[in-house]
Amino acid sequence: MASNELVLLDHWVSPFAMRVRITLDEKGLPDESKHQNLQEKSPLLLQMNPIHKQVPVLIHNGKPINESLVVVQYIDEVWYDRSPLLPSDPYQRASMRFWADYVDKKIYDTGKKIIVGKGEEVETAKHELIASLRTLELELGEKPYFAGHTFGYVDVSLIPFYSWFYLYEKIGKFNVELECPKLVKWAKRCILKESIFKNLPDQLKVYDYIVELKNAGKYK
Amino acid sequence: MEDLKLHGSIFSPFTWRVIWALKLKGLNFEFIQEDMTNKSDLLLKYNPVYKKIPVLVHGGKPIVESSIILEYIEETWPQNPLLPVDPYEKAVARFWSKFADDKILTLYYGFFMKVGEEQEKAVQEGLEILRNLEEHGLGDKKFFGGETIGLADVGLGWIAYWLNVLEEIVGIKLLEESKFPRLFEWTNNFKEISIIKENLPDRDEMMAFLKSRYDGLRVFFSHVG
Repeated sequence: MASNELVLLDHWVSPFAMRVRITLDEKGLPDESKHQNLQEKSPLLLQMNPIHKQVPVLIHNGKPINESLVVVQYIDEVWYDRSPLLPSDPYQRASMRFWADYVDKKIYDTGKKIIVGKGEEVETAKHELIASLRTLELELGEKPYFAGHTFGYVDVSLIPFYSWFYLYEKIGKFNVELECPKLVKWAKRCILKESIFKNLPDQLKVYDYIVELKNAGKYK
Repeated sequence: MEDLKLHGSIFSPFTWRVIWALKLKGLNFEFIQEDMTNKSDLLLKYNPVYKKIPVLVHGGKPIVESSIILEYIEETWPQNPLLPVDPYEKAVARFWSKFADDKILTLYYGFFMKVGEEQEKAVQEGLEILRNLEEHGLGDKKFFGGETIGLADVGLGWIAYWLNVLEEIVGIKLLEESKFPRLFEWTNNFKEISIIKENLPDRDEMMAFLKSRYDGLRVFFSHVG
């Protein structure tokens, strides 16, 4: 087994960093979390992620891995013997990768337009986000988790955004639970797991933080 | 005999990625050219979420999104591996594969489709993309995959071929040998690989297509991925 010096360049509010924190906890892996100031980036962050200069970065025995879903897959492959997040069947893996990628494409950027958009932009973004959440809800169907009975890759990719729902709702003036009741039920089921409960910040805390950043002109 | 069908377009680099991967693995498949201005019922059935090409259909089951198709091909047919065994090296390859995905359309939409100040901004973004590939992606290696081509090379392969066509139409050179010597050499090495060499679209056809569709291209590129 790999010797384990794990350092995570982290930020509590980042849904992408949450994905990695959840995965590490699911696997029972201890790590040193180094919280990053994203307004004044540290030399370590710039050295470890020179291309995107973003969190999360997982540094394993001194070597950096970037892009949250790449990191999650890496952890899942190295520590394959505990709580696997991806199945072994290639077709099922492709399906889960598709939906995790869908989350990547459809949630954060659209959510950002709700937060910082002006006038009509907000309405348009809100409708887009609701449509995407509905598509995800349809894919979930009656299953407890996206892959079926066990918590997995797609759940990890999406659940962090639950902590941002209040922020989207308050600014966009809508209610996710009304629009997608099954999806919220799924989120509340996920929160019962310690690895998620520990790593998802309080929705109000997220709201206050991002709104303050936005008002200071730092969330664009 | 595998039951493999590829729905795509010879005018889309995303389709060619899948063709290269299938050919590198020595797999036979049926190719169906899709008209993106008039999507077939089959395409809409196989890719209801995005309605885009390419779609690989294996034994009747569809797989969509070119990068995901490449990983599926790699995992289903392990011969001539496109990904290393080491998880760290795999993660690096996947990072550059994602980089390729995120940046292709930036270059197409920005560099090729915009004019004036917006194009100037896109040119700067384009140069930054190439700089990252040269310095951080390729480094001292012959290919992104090391001594032999891998997933990232297949994902970035369009730079070896299409970028030059776009540069000629637009009249601006991005990938200059003097500025990006290693990346430039990589484009030549990539095209010299026999499977790739035998499976490149006809340059004149590409040129004619891109030139004539210059205005309609915005519509075209909203349909591929």
